[in-house]
Amino acid sequence: MSEAGNSPARRTRSGKLRVHVMHKADAALWVVVGALVAVTVFAMVIMDYGKVNFFDACVAALGDFWEMMSTPGLAGHFTAEDVIVGLFESLALAALTTFIGAVIAFVFGLFAAVNLSNKAASNVIKILMSIFRAVPTILWVLVFSVAIGLGPEAAVAGLLFHSIAYLVKAYSEAFEEIDPGTLEALRASGARWWQIVFQAVIPAKTNELLSWTFIRFEINFVNAVAVGAVAGAGGIGYQLFLAGSFYLNLHEVGLIVYLCLAVAVVLEIIATQLRKRFIVQQ
Amino acid sequence: MAARKLAPLGPNGGAEDSLAKTNAFFRKKTLVLFAMVVAFFVINGVSGAFVEFDFVSAAVDVPAGIVWMLSEFAPSASSLEYLDSIMPALGSTILASVASSCIAAVFSFILAVLGSRSVGIGGPMALIVRAIASIFRNIPVVAWALVLLFSFKQSEFTGFLALFLTSFGYLTRCFLETIDEMSTGPIEALRATGATYFQIVVQAVIPMSVTSVISWVLYMIETNIRDATLVGILTGTGIGFVFDVYYKSFRYDVAGLTLVTIVIVVIACETLSNYIRRRIM
Repeated sequence: MSEAGNSPARRTRSGKLRVHVMHKADAALWVVVGALVAVTVFAMVIMDYGKVNFFDACVAALGDFWEMMSTPGLAGHFTAEDVIVGLFESLALAALTTFIGAVIAFVFGLFAAVNLSNKAASNVIKILMSIFRAVPTILWVLVFSVAIGLGPEAAVAGLLFHSIAYLVKAYSEAFEEIDPGTLEALRASGARWWQIVFQAVIPAKTNELLSWTFIRFEINFVNAVAVGAVAGAGGIGYQLFLAGSFYLNLHEVGLIVYLCLAVAVVLEIIATQLRKRFIVQQ
Repeated sequence: MAARKLAPLGPNGGAEDSLAKTNAFFRKKTLVLFAMVVAFFVINGVSGAFVEFDFVSAAVDVPAGIVWMLSEFAPSASSLEYLDSIMPALGSTILASVASSCIAAVFSFILAVLGSRSVGIGGPMALIVRAIASIFRNIPVVAWALVLLFSFKQSEFTGFLALFLTSFGYLTRCFLETIDEMSTGPIEALRATGATYFQIVVQAVIPMSVTSVISWVLYMIETNIRDATLVGILTGTGIGFVFDVYYKSFRYDVAGLTLVTIVIVVIACETLSNYIRRRIM
């Protein structure tokens, strides 16, 4: 194989040209895929499947699911008014969280964007945000419901952390995309920091910031439902929990699921459109 | 005088015209900004009144609550002996999160290929797949957990299934976008050479999408570890259940310790997946 050393083309042991060359990234990819498969197999082998027969349980679960989805209705535990009010309560919790979070995240976002702030402040905020994100939303809410008492304040306070962390990331990345020429021109003309923010940053990014805020509103609605169920923070999520865990009534669960589904799908469609129109993919 | 010199049109008409335009532009902008601020306060006020949210007491209570939380939920020395009961639950939660993400990824990928606009089998399939993805993604995880709990009872497998079903919907949507964003050149080239559908998928679709698929799966694992606490509280499994038990029995120091272990795992997982993303890209 002396000619293999001279020519750049790699050959196989039998002298054929190699068509596939393993790059470092490919090797890393296969290691990752292998590791994921290994962990998955290991997890499925040692998993505790409980005492139920798998196929019977599957059949029962599908039957329940079908009953839930095909015959939604009220069974006397809630009135239609209760459920609608609950739905709006969840929406209101989501709206409050989004708006309060947006204001706080805007300030943090300005300091987290490296072109408007310094490296140290940006890093401190990014570390703080990753701690905010590391604690699951539901645990923030549970902790706050003992720290400040059960109620909408605890729910909103708990939901705020992830909302802020998400929006700070979205906002600061939007700010960092601003044309450095604009900032330089304003700085050269002697504009102060807050003048730069209000004359260049906000006007250039209004649409994008609002789109991200709405996308977060969609996520916050889903979270508000989940939090209502577990932390007793009210809203339609709590009714879902009652219907499922206390009254064991699949028809009511079905009705509430349809309501949540309808709201979530509408929000999702709007969010997708906003993302397509206003958010530039890098 | 300066404005007049800069104006390109006419001796005086152009300058006044452009000045008026500039003024109108800024007036409109101020109005839009003002309308947004008003809308902000109105929506906040209405929502706040509706759920009886007290802004003043929230502003006072939340910082006090954070201080209280830091002191009460701080792990104490005696809580360390409970690590023996926390660690196995944490391990099973991580395993369930990885397994549910990976298995969901396989099913989602197949569905996404069949339903994609570029390499899908066409017909109503694209719509059906999108509808399935949307339904699975948007049914609250609480509802999944409750329905599964009826038939699968309290076992790790129930938690796994709940995570699997939500991951399935989410990943299908992400994979659909990934596949539709791919360049269609290699697919058309293969089709022109007479490759079968299976060959096109194996030789073009999978190699072109595999890095972003892995990236989404890693993201899903992170999300599932966080969601596993919610699912765990509902289905009585994993780390969520452990937290719930200590939380409800007022052992806040042990609950705090559980919280700290979750934070460490989530941050470690995030760091690891960022590292992997850099290596495979």
